[in-house]
Amino acid sequence: MEKLIKELEYRQTEHVTRRNFLQWAGATSLGAIGLGHLLGGCGRPQAADAAGVAGNIPQFTPRAKRVIYIHMAGAPSQLELFDFKPELAKYHGADCPAELLEGKKFAFIQGVPKMLGPQGQFRQYGQSGAWVSDYVPHISTLVDELTFVKSMHTDQFNHAPAQLLMHTGSARLGRPSLGSWAVYGLGSENQNLPGFIVLTSGGKQPDAGKSIWGSGFLPTVYQGVQCRTGGDPVLYVSDPSGMKRSMRQKTIEAINEINRKTYEEVGDPEILTRISQYEMAFRMQMSVPEVMDVSKEPQYILDMYGVKPGEGSFAMNCLLARKLIENDVRFVQLFDWGWDSHGTSPDGAIEIGLRKKCRESDQATAALLKDLKMRGLLEDTLVIWAGEFGRTPMQENRNGIVLPFMGRDHHLDAFTIWMAGGGLKKGLSYGETDDIGYYAVKDKVHVHDLQATILHLLGFDHEKFTYPFQGRNFRLTDTEGHVVKGILA
Amino acid sequence: MKRILINSVLAGLGLIGVFYWIGTETSGSVDYNADVKPILNKHCIGCHGGVKKAGNISFLFEEEMYRPGKSGKRAVIKGDAEHSEMMRRILSDDPDERMPKDGPALAGADIATLKKWIDEGANWGLHWAYKKIEEPEVPPIRRWNNLFGLLGDEDEWARNEIDHFVIDKLKGKGLAHSPEADPRTLIRRLSLDLTGLPPTPEQVQAFVNDPSPEAYEKAVDRLLADPGYGERWAAMWMDLARYADTKGYERDPARTIWKYRDYVISSFNHDKPFNRFTVEQLAGDLLKGPGGFPTNEQLVATAFHRNTMNNDEGGTEDEEFRVAAIIDRVNATWEVWQGTTFGCVQCHSHTYDPIRHDEYYRYMAFFNNTRDEDVTTETPTLRHYETGDSLAVESLRSWLSRYDPVKAESVYRFLKVTEPKINSHDFRIGARSALLDSKYMGVQDKGTAFGPDMDFTGKTRMLLAIGTAKKGAQMAFYTDSTRARKVAEIAVPERGSPWRDSILVINLPRLSGKHSLFMTVRHPTAPDDWVVIKWVALQDDFPGGDEGLEKEKTYVQLLSRKVLNTPVFWEGEGETFRKTHIFERGNWLVKGQEVTPAIPGLFGKLPKGLPANRLGLAEWMVARDNPLTARVAVNRFWEQLFGLGIVETLEDFGSQGAPPSHPELLDWLAVKFMDEGWSTKKLLKTIVMSATYRQSSATTPEKTAGDPENRWLARGPRVRLGAEQVRDQALAASGLLSKKMFGPSVMPPQPEGIWLSPYNGDKWVVSQGEDRYRRALYTYWKRTSPYPSMTTFDAPSREFCQSRRIRTNTPLQALVTLNDPVYLEAAEKMADRMSEKGKSIEEQLAWGYYLLTYREISPRKLAVLSKVYQDAFTEFKSDTTQLKEFLVNSQKKIPAQAAMTLTANVLLNLDEVITKE
Repeated sequence: MEKLIKELEYRQTEHVTRRNFLQWAGATSLGAIGLGHLLGGCGRPQAADAAGVAGNIPQFTPRAKRVIYIHMAGAPSQLELFDFKPELAKYHGADCPAELLEGKKFAFIQGVPKMLGPQGQFRQYGQSGAWVSDYVPHISTLVDELTFVKSMHTDQFNHAPAQLLMHTGSARLGRPSLGSWAVYGLGSENQNLPGFIVLTSGGKQPDAGKSIWGSGFLPTVYQGVQCRTGGDPVLYVSDPSGMKRSMRQKTIEAINEINRKTYEEVGDPEILTRISQYEMAFRMQMSVPEVMDVSKEPQYILDMYGVKPGEGSFAMNCLLARKLIENDVRFVQLFDWGWDSHGTSPDGAIEIGLRKKCRESDQATAALLKDLKMRGLLEDTLVIWAGEFGRTPMQENRNGIVLPFMGRDHHLDAFTIWMAGGGLKKGLSYGETDDIGYYAVKDKVHVHDLQATILHLLGFDHEKFTYPFQGRNFRLTDTEGHVVKGILA
Repeated sequence: MKRILINSVLAGLGLIGVFYWIGTETSGSVDYNADVKPILNKHCIGCHGGVKKAGNISFLFEEEMYRPGKSGKRAVIKGDAEHSEMMRRILSDDPDERMPKDGPALAGADIATLKKWIDEGANWGLHWAYKKIEEPEVPPIRRWNNLFGLLGDEDEWARNEIDHFVIDKLKGKGLAHSPEADPRTLIRRLSLDLTGLPPTPEQVQAFVNDPSPEAYEKAVDRLLADPGYGERWAAMWMDLARYADTKGYERDPARTIWKYRDYVISSFNHDKPFNRFTVEQLAGDLLKGPGGFPTNEQLVATAFHRNTMNNDEGGTEDEEFRVAAIIDRVNATWEVWQGTTFGCVQCHSHTYDPIRHDEYYRYMAFFNNTRDEDVTTETPTLRHYETGDSLAVESLRSWLSRYDPVKAESVYRFLKVTEPKINSHDFRIGARSALLDSKYMGVQDKGTAFGPDMDFTGKTRMLLAIGTAKKGAQMAFYTDSTRARKVAEIAVPERGSPWRDSILVINLPRLSGKHSLFMTVRHPTAPDDWVVIKWVALQDDFPGGDEGLEKEKTYVQLLSRKVLNTPVFWEGEGETFRKTHIFERGNWLVKGQEVTPAIPGLFGKLPKGLPANRLGLAEWMVARDNPLTARVAVNRFWEQLFGLGIVETLEDFGSQGAPPSHPELLDWLAVKFMDEGWSTKKLLKTIVMSATYRQSSATTPEKTAGDPENRWLARGPRVRLGAEQVRDQALAASGLLSKKMFGPSVMPPQPEGIWLSPYNGDKWVVSQGEDRYRRALYTYWKRTSPYPSMTTFDAPSREFCQSRRIRTNTPLQALVTLNDPVYLEAAEKMADRMSEKGKSIEEQLAWGYYLLTYREISPRKLAVLSKVYQDAFTEFKSDTTQLKEFLVNSQKKIPAQAAMTLTANVLLNLDEVITKE
């Protein structure tokens, strides 16, 4: 009996180690051979299986089952889009007062910059009367569906660390991303597609690279899988040229048949897992190109988003996001690069580049929301639109010099994001900044608060949803974060 | 509770020995580490330990445990559970009082354990891993209680001490060992383990045909001497060193540090003693080579810790990221050599192990004094001179040493590592100047800037690295301010870009004392052009009159030479010495008390005779008394061979890590490792010579059920190959593999569009010739975008040190080996090799199978292969367009070649092929 107690204690310690978790996950997939549970999660963990794997089960009923997170990499200016500051216009061109600069650090502003008034034409929209500018005419028609948070703030004023903070809860590399946490906690409901899919546009990867959809210390099965609109939609998902589908099927059958014989000879259960993974790989080869192919979408849908089949773009990614969500992908992450309006070049100018980025994304973003709503998917899908920080009410003067175009520097004390969908109060503008949009002053929401709230909507208590690593129980929100109750329905 | 082994009297009667494990509440005493500490860690220490000390009660340190809390009551009174507050609170019915607060009540067994422990005197115990390593007794195979030989053939089976320890545990678990693996499987396993590559058919044949009893040992010795050995173990070390060819963070630009990778390969190949390997990497710059200056090898070794990330992004403060790098070095050192998670101590005392907050910073002080400061050039770097120049460097040194050995050393040092100097991010801005990108001081026309205080005494030369785009910039230097003395005036050479530098040597008048350098720029023809200063150094002039002046010219020429640079460590001294402070709650901006270097008190003090610097620290880490280094090292090598460490948590030997499955074996190996001169080759040989290692890996449902992870080693290891090995095997078996060693990293084919980094025009340019087929170890490693198939097979991105790759089994891996062109090219080549052998298709297929597994194919497997071959043959015969598309590299565009390629593709995906059996 004593031995049993010892054994039990030992097992409990074992469960804390990561490898064991995987074995457990493997065992789950064995229970359903051929279902290939492992990719991007291992099916929803059964209570009985979860012994010792803390926090793996939602603590309460989720309000949102799926997430589309649209990240505008580079950080769009809240002052041009959503945070209307008429006062700021009055100071346009004036020297920035010393008290705004004291003890402050900026990425590029040096010396005394000039104030820069809002460049958009603002107007109130909808029942809720939300202020939105003419930069985003389509989104402005949907404000009654949206929940704006205007009092966001962060700790980081450089792109890579700020993006990491936004997506992994830490400014340093090495932690799991929000999507990985979600799939780790909720599993995947789709047997043929990864549970966490990433789509990028804007010509470049986001600044922090693939780390912002990495699984950090969680097993690599939880990392985001990048689907691409050019080349293979998922790396190596296409059969080699000259190999027909039927031939691929025969080869996989042959591989699995020989592997089954090997299993009979050596009895290693890992072989059974491998067989199911090859089956899933085969199905993925079908389902990934299928879901990534928009040519069968009706013309009015293509028009609504403004996409042409075969063309990679943010608009295309919005349409793909809808298709993926429809196919029960748990977490779809969109990154669109090119929102960093410093004023150093036309593309980086508030009056040129930012307008262009808005033009390229506004219609499709609105279409995505409408499309989801039309299909009844918005109720339990959470859509998040955000950058990694805000932009200064001052005009950037890199190295103390007036720049050729209008631009704003990185700003960590105030920015606006919006969300829509499951579990949120619609048509709400939450939080306020001061008269010139410099500081969030009312109902401030830190990045960790946002993360706590997202996890809450997914049914997790962010303080209890942890993973043991290097002797510590890690969580997405590190040691911070409060659920923003004021925006919950 | 202590286990009491009661040997039945039956044994004495000559019947079969029967073991009973009986533990009772009343007999035996409680062991703090085994019984009490797990309860405290699980239920108590979260609130009463490192982070929080609720009620001023802590169970983390021995002295804190018995102290009265805030209430004045003692949580633990030695020998008196009844009056110990801890027990009262645990047993309390009052929900406000009962501990653990907000948690479920402790289980009866735990309560009994705690009570008994206190009543027995509440003895504290040091965690096993922190105790000195003593050589354990090797358990005899036949004990007095089973002398009668009724328990099988263990004594014939056992080959060395390892087997004794393993048998000892197996018996306790009711498991039996496995027979030796068949020779062909065994030689494949051994080759993959020791060199990372499969054996050649000739090597297998030679081994199988060698009837001598030493055949296996000969194979082991051959493989240990193979150059591939160093590459295989370097691949393991790269994850620990977080080796990458880029700097990380947002810009993630290229970094030239491959000489460090080559150093590791050579070190393993020469079986450099692990203690020396350790000291060189941590403190090679403080060692003395012939002539007193560290050798290139010793300096390159220190690049281990220059693999930390460097942030080149604009607006990032160098000091912040310098500190981040230091913290990473501290954490990596602990993880690699001490198997201890030290990171949490950065913010507060360790939660579970007795290490204090301030001890983190005292330890950090060992590392905080290196000259690297997150500067874009990564200075200090070791300058690798071409042959002619390196002779000039040496001759300059010997010429100078005839006059002044001290000057000779300082000139030599500056030529090698360009230290000491002041980086311009330490300058202050004046008018029309800016710290460009927060990195370098730039000054425009009519602008000014201030240097920090420097001691000018005896310094008659100022060396300056400076660049500007356009002609006509003039610079003047003053001590302290323009009202003070002008000490020099120069024309700044134009280089077409402010980022291309000239190194100038400027004569100074004789000055004394400390001054700040004040500088002004006049650039009327290009007023917006930036004059950008990179660094400044004050030196004295050369001795030897006119000849000296000539030599000084050579000196500047050599300094200006574009050479290959490897980032290295160099210790600051004098003006560049850096003080270390505690960071309050880990925040580098909130500096607390100043601290001096020391090791955590848990380990005592640095032994007398060791200097209180990095070198002393490194020497201590490999001292016989260090309880962790050897244990952690042997466990690491063990895990690579068996797939599971004796301590499963390679990275955590602390009280939250997994306990060792075979503690005595671990210690035995550690002692042997140290006693045999820290020889990695001897250690590996001892392990692979054991019968335990040589066992067959086949299992049965019963064996698997009894020990799913093979923790108790009743069978041999059966583990999927690592990321590097999967690739290397495919290239080797098909004959594509290049055995070229060393040099800059290479870029084998990868899909288009993988590299799309912002602010960085770096391109993936596919390597030509044999560089396409180098071992995976040499593949260019970009941190923000690692080679895709590597990460799919669980390789980390190498931002931080990682001890273990958690093995996964995913469909994405299947897609790589099925469809990645690299594997298809290997399949085509494999088809050539298969077709060359044997007349019938069946013989060719069997040969392909043999080349990858070194076993005869079973008829049923051959039947499957034949069928898929025939199907493919028919298919390709009927459709030649398809055939031509499918065969990319083959000369023979015929159905047989295509069908064979397709079958080779099947072979390269078999479980038994991508698994070490």
